[in-house]
Amino acid sequence: MIPAATRYARASDVEHAVELLAEPDAKAIAGGQSLIPVMKLRIARPSVVVDISRLDLRGLEEHDGAVHIGALSTWAELAASPIVERPGLAAIAECARGIGDVQVRNLGTVGGSLAHADPASDMPAVLLALDARVGVHGADGKRELTVSDLLLGPFMTSLGPQDLVTDVVIPLPQAGSGSAYVSVEHPASGFALAGAAALVGPSGEQVALTGVGSTPFLLPGGDVHEAISAAEIFGDRFAEETYRRALAVTVAMRALEQARARAEAVR
Amino acid sequence: MSDPLTLVVNGERRSLEVEGRTLLVHALRDGLGLTGAHIGCDTSQCGACTVLLDGRAVKSCTVLALQAEGREVTTIEGLARDGDLHPIQRAFVEHHGLQCGFCTPGMILTTADLLSRDAAPSDEEIRRALRGNLCRCTGYQGVVESIRAVGVAS
Repeated sequence: MIPAATRYARASDVEHAVELLAEPDAKAIAGGQSLIPVMKLRIARPSVVVDISRLDLRGLEEHDGAVHIGALSTWAELAASPIVERPGLAAIAECARGIGDVQVRNLGTVGGSLAHADPASDMPAVLLALDARVGVHGADGKRELTVSDLLLGPFMTSLGPQDLVTDVVIPLPQAGSGSAYVSVEHPASGFALAGAAALVGPSGEQVALTGVGSTPFLLPGGDVHEAISAAEIFGDRFAEETYRRALAVTVAMRALEQARARAEAVR
Repeated sequence: MSDPLTLVVNGERRSLEVEGRTLLVHALRDGLGLTGAHIGCDTSQCGACTVLLDGRAVKSCTVLALQAEGREVTTIEGLARDGDLHPIQRAFVEHHGLQCGFCTPGMILTTADLLSRDAAPSDEEIRRALRGNLCRCTGYQGVVESIRAVGVAS
């Protein structure tokens, strides 16, 4: 299908993009792998698409005790980056490698996915487990959010109409940490019926889930089984609630096991 | 309302007028007459419209034409050289990598991306790489054998 008529504007830098986004119903486009499908279904009918894909917000860097991921970094770039090879960050590459398909990973970006806020998208679980913060640039300048402050509900974020996600900052896990991401996907859509990211380190274990609630969320500490049985988990025609809850336990335990193995391998 | 667009398609500079909403696949098919990029699903799932954008496989139905301004696009029409089929095309012919052929251009360009990263992928890697390309004749086994044959020959 052909999207509804729209204008196209290419942003030359972040400030220019923020300026262009001031127009009512403007929409930023990066890799387009979430936005274009909904434009084709005419669920999204932006007045103007502001192309941010050429802005200088790409690549992974490690400095000041953190990994900084440019918002326009693609899944393919994350999957192949040597920076996320260390066991504590292994969940990032592991997750990126499983997203969509080759074509989607070549264009889809981490910032675009966060802004789209699909409740079953994979990477937010990893970012929650790794205590990532999200850099945002808006009309009033820059600010930083936690992933849980960013994601409010299905396809809903705390981003204002002129806000752009600029980067994701992940504190380097302590030495001796391991992380992992495990999901069970719907075979046709590839989206997670349940996905879990785990970080295991000297100071404890942390698990985040996706695909099972209105947003990806971090499990409270303590027993994982208890935390999942107390969590709000939905059912739909692909997986009824009891089954999805059981899947959540399975992927959480597998992610923990894998993360522990990675942590032990470097101790 | 239309905007000018210049692309490097199969090594040649091409200019045309497109709308803001024009998808790359429509620019290629309707604007430039390159109908090798097929439209199979319109929902960004089937991969029949796969082309290479700066050497990487993308679904041309999920790229705005204007996003590709100044970039290199390779379609199935650009693979053969002086009448000789590209080795991937030849392998698909020799190893029964197609039945009806509708998905084939996309399969071949995804293969080109895969082999540019890994010249001799395992069957598992081949199958993983084909995840975004649907074949409704269910001829996947022949496709995998074709790709394996190019890998072995390289």
